[in-house]
Amino acid sequence: MSKQILQSFPAETPVQPSVRLRKFSRRFGTTNVLDGLDLDIAPGEFVALLGRSGSGKTTLLRTLAGLDAIAEQDVRVPAKRAVVFQDARLLPWKKVWRNVALGLPGNARDAKAKAQAALSEVGLAHRLEAWPLTLSGGESQRTALARALVREPELLLLDEPFASLDALTRIKMHGLVLDLWRAHRPSVLLVTHDVDEAIALADRILVLDKGRIAAEERVALPRQRDAEGRSHGLRRRLLAHLGVETPATAHGDAALLSFPTGEVVS
Amino acid sequence: MALAETITGADRAPALRFPRATWPTLGRWVSPLVLLLLWELGVRSGLIPPRVLAAPSDVLATMWAMTISGELPSNVAVSLGRAAAGLAIGLTFGVILGLTAGLTKTGEAAIDPLMQIKRTIPSLALAPLFIVWFGIGETPKIVLIAIATVFPVYLNTFAGVRGVDKRLVEAARSLGLKGPSLIFHVILPGALPSFFVGLRYAIGISILVLVVAEQINAQAGIGQLINAARDFMRTDIIVVCLIVYALLGLAGDAFVRALERRALAWRPSFVEG
Repeated sequence: MSKQILQSFPAETPVQPSVRLRKFSRRFGTTNVLDGLDLDIAPGEFVALLGRSGSGKTTLLRTLAGLDAIAEQDVRVPAKRAVVFQDARLLPWKKVWRNVALGLPGNARDAKAKAQAALSEVGLAHRLEAWPLTLSGGESQRTALARALVREPELLLLDEPFASLDALTRIKMHGLVLDLWRAHRPSVLLVTHDVDEAIALADRILVLDKGRIAAEERVALPRQRDAEGRSHGLRRRLLAHLGVETPATAHGDAALLSFPTGEVVS
Repeated sequence: MALAETITGADRAPALRFPRATWPTLGRWVSPLVLLLLWELGVRSGLIPPRVLAAPSDVLATMWAMTISGELPSNVAVSLGRAAAGLAIGLTFGVILGLTAGLTKTGEAAIDPLMQIKRTIPSLALAPLFIVWFGIGETPKIVLIAIATVFPVYLNTFAGVRGVDKRLVEAARSLGLKGPSLIFHVILPGALPSFFVGLRYAIGISILVLVVAEQINAQAGIGQLINAARDFMRTDIIVVCLIVYALLGLAGDAFVRALERRALAWRPSFVEG
């Protein structure tokens, strides 16, 4: 099922995919981290990439970010892309707005105005002149989001950006990311190992295992999906792909649970 | 409740708490003051002859007289000029070599072995060679200071460049920075704290080497003052010069601290303060 979706995906969408990988492989020493991987992301699509540690998800993200050499393989990514890392990676010697404005083309005044607008959008207008080391974890990640958005990326890469935040901050950040995504409509690839996060945010969820896409789920539920356990079957299946078995009776949606792997939830 | 009572009990005896809190700080002044007092008494009582060691009070009086006459300031200026010139040269070369070795593999391969070889030779041991080469004027003194200060600056700049957080470099690259802009915005600021460590060492070393270099037939400077004072057994002047050397060291440290406070304002220790 998942294979069929992958093959038919470009045909279903007449628009050029924003990201296109064909038979992409990457090896470190003798291990194939990524092994003949195909991937398409449509413009404006929100894709979550789930995988256990060592499944190659970070390698894939680095490839799309252009941080690793691709050695003449079939990779197509938009020129305008931005990454938000798990650790915010702000330059501690530059004030918040300068971090956001870093590397922006044009004159300094325009860059500052853009940085200011982006920081207002993530709710940090009052922290423009702060030193990064004085920010909280949530504020740092919001700055990192502003720094990515100010570049108006066609592809936004999120590398477990909320993993080190506390649960309440994470929920707020999910809302913020969705708002920003709706406002700017970049393609998003969210790398995470949090199944609930993937379900809450993504249009489509890919499960990466041993360097290949082991499963694919399209999430057609309206957002605010965690309510009333409607996504429970999906959650259970995704967890199973990740090698975590969960009891099937908890939420009483046995009908959903009986669907075979790869079935589309709607 | 018991805790509250204990706190109240302590509050009732503030006189007892005050000395206990300040004693360690004040206590540190006691032994140096006692030593000064013993020294003064020793000289006054005739136990220590003035040609062995002048009394602290005489040293202060001499220092004051030398300052008024302009003898001390003019010689300090000469010494300071030597240290500054040598340090400036050492700093320039240290930074250039450290950046070259830090930023490029070729640079490291070419420069680092030479610097490590240089490190094994104590700089002061080069003094005779420099006298042969440069005579006994100002040149060998300045070259000696420059040679001695190159290494700490080189080493710490090199280590600073190499120690820049790879994740920050990667993040900057993902924002499209490369080449000169990556060096300017990420690598140099990242190497700065380490560079300052090197600068602090270099300033200390410049004064240490100054002391030795100035003994090479100097016509002016603190070293010349000491040499002249030695010939006339004027221990008071010698001690004045020692105090000046110590003050130069302290001033150098304060200078670096002030620079750091400006340049590294982003560090948490300064941010919170």
